[in-house]
Amino acid sequence: MAKPIIRVESLGKKFRLGAKAHSNLRLAEAFAARLRAPLKMKQREADSEAQTVWALRDVSFEVEPGEVVGVIGPNGAGKSTLLKILSRITEPTSGRAELYGRVGSLLEVGTGFHPELTGRENIFLNGAVLGMRRSEIERKFEQIVSFAEIDRFLDTPVKRYSSGMYMRLGFAVAAHLDPEILVVDEVLAVGDAQFQAKCISKMGDVARGGRTVLFVSHNLNSILSLCRRSILISGGKVVYDGSSDGAVQRYVTAGTLQHKGERIWEDPESAPGNEKIRLRAVRIVSGNEITQDVDIKNDIRVEIEFWNFRPGTRITASIHLLDKLKTGVLASANLQSANLIEDKWFDKAYPVGLFRTVCTLPGNFLNEGRYHINVILLTNVTNMEVFADNVTSFNVYESGAMRADYGGYWLGVVRPRLAWQTEQLDGNAVELQEQTA
Amino acid sequence: MNTIAQATPPNIGAESDSKPVMRSVPIVLEPTTSLIPVNLGDLWAYRELLYFLIWRDLKVRYKQTMLGAAWVVMQPLAMALVFTVFLGHFARVPSAGIPYLLLVFSGLVPWMFFSSAVVSSGNSVVGSAHLITKVYFPRLIVPLGAIAGRLVDFAISFLVLAGLMYYYGVSLSWKLLALPVFVLLLTGLAFGVGTLAAAWNVKYRDVSILLPVIIQLWMFSSPVVYPVDVVPARWRQLYILNPLTGLIDGFRSVLLNRKVDLAAVLISSLITIVLFVFALFVFRRMEKDFADVV
Repeated sequence: MAKPIIRVESLGKKFRLGAKAHSNLRLAEAFAARLRAPLKMKQREADSEAQTVWALRDVSFEVEPGEVVGVIGPNGAGKSTLLKILSRITEPTSGRAELYGRVGSLLEVGTGFHPELTGRENIFLNGAVLGMRRSEIERKFEQIVSFAEIDRFLDTPVKRYSSGMYMRLGFAVAAHLDPEILVVDEVLAVGDAQFQAKCISKMGDVARGGRTVLFVSHNLNSILSLCRRSILISGGKVVYDGSSDGAVQRYVTAGTLQHKGERIWEDPESAPGNEKIRLRAVRIVSGNEITQDVDIKNDIRVEIEFWNFRPGTRITASIHLLDKLKTGVLASANLQSANLIEDKWFDKAYPVGLFRTVCTLPGNFLNEGRYHINVILLTNVTNMEVFADNVTSFNVYESGAMRADYGGYWLGVVRPRLAWQTEQLDGNAVELQEQTA
Repeated sequence: MNTIAQATPPNIGAESDSKPVMRSVPIVLEPTTSLIPVNLGDLWAYRELLYFLIWRDLKVRYKQTMLGAAWVVMQPLAMALVFTVFLGHFARVPSAGIPYLLLVFSGLVPWMFFSSAVVSSGNSVVGSAHLITKVYFPRLIVPLGAIAGRLVDFAISFLVLAGLMYYYGVSLSWKLLALPVFVLLLTGLAFGVGTLAAAWNVKYRDVSILLPVIIQLWMFSSPVVYPVDVVPARWRQLYILNPLTGLIDGFRSVLLNRKVDLAAVLISSLITIVLFVFALFVFRRMEKDFADVV
């Protein structure tokens, strides 16, 4: 095992709640407090202890040279605090970290840009702020300008730039930073889709160049495509440290894993819905059993049970299917024109009572991985009465059906069996080869 | 084998043209408890940032002004004229045998440098919050840069002072050799006061309100628009406890070839050095909280 380039040992950071209020403390009050200090010391200590919060507590991990590690977690988990400590902006309250290399931190695009200065001037200023040498900036100047695509506006003050140009220029400078350790926070989502793709690919280059990268993002797709390893932080602690797939899986399913393919609301008073309709249950049935693990070749029945409290209501059930990154895969509704078969209750007036509507997703259709379901109930086709967000999820696994010939990574959110066919067009391949050679 | 794969993680550790080198001695990040000395090596490593910050401030300050750098000269000149008319001619403040305009201007040039350096460095850290919360660099660079920017202004207005001296036919002497010492001491004093103010200003914004008031009072308690002789002898000992007394009077004396009050200069130097060191330690102790509090 190689020697780590970053070693973090039980790192902690304590913040005083209401630090703002404290900083606005008047000078006079501070003096007064000093005068009273001998008497009030103990009480103040106790007060401050109650009003502090550990943004980060007992965090330990090591990163080897050349590793690209993602850091994910919900808002307020302590990700940014961790990056701020590692980039030396703020000091830890406890523990220690060792960095065996120069750290470049990229917590914001365009740090230190001055609106009155031109693009050219800001490249030098921003570069210096990020820790680049002047000679280094001069050497990379052409690359930065062409990467940012701002050639024509090089001598225009950046206050006249569009926000997109401003972001592009900021990223371009940062992307040419060349430290041993690069710490990046959420800055990739800049510019239009095309520029974002360019940023991601540039990050990939940086990673391949042997730099050590610590990368915080909410964009799980870019985490998955850039990092092999990820650290999941929650409540200031490391909850998971391992493969990015595992970390993302843990993160996304944190809320929905407690049930086993079935959600039941026993009490019609508190079930999701309103005085017209309430949801009673949502379950996943596959291979004749209630389950959250689905064989890739089996049909998946999504069963939706609901109470109708008002006689004569026309009810339409609908689902959203989302993938593990909460990207929409499909939406479907119990409408005649969208139905593969026929539902005798379609467009009928429902009497009061308990109903079950079932939607069947075909087997050999979804890819491996976890899928989430939203359930929507509507009256008169358009009035939404129930929106149950992420009510259940299931995991599609490969039982060998489609893996007989290929065992590697399989791109995509769906994996339908499609029709493939080959025919020979010309028998004289030798002649063709000679022609091209 | 990854024939279908499009989005597999990059091949980590692949060869590249510039291999990153690992340090053998790590940068250690841990809570500091004791007094922290100034890390000169770190400051040196970031000298180019200092240079760029000074350059930015100068460039931005006069970018959309019509007269640009001429303002550096206009400001003390206008003030000197007003004082000359009202104090010199109407109130007839004694000027110790020096043309009053020259007396005032030779006081205003160091004073304007000192006061603007203190005010701008005092507000510099709070004004750079956007940098301090986003990127690491030795925080001392911020007040240093603010003061250095004012040194440039000082150099320009000094040229005007030299012109004025030529106009009045001031005879030069060997005492001029001591001029850099006074400039250094003035800079050191401005650094001490400005850096203290900068550090405290992060926590207590009262400082930025208080600072202009203090500066105003300080000007009239220093021999800027009047000579030291104006102060009655029995108050003189108290008066020279103001470190600016020795520095501004000394600055003027070596320029205009007059007797230098060595005792006053010594006291000023002592106070300046103590304040300088004290400010450094206070700043270093408080700077770790800047990013959290500012």
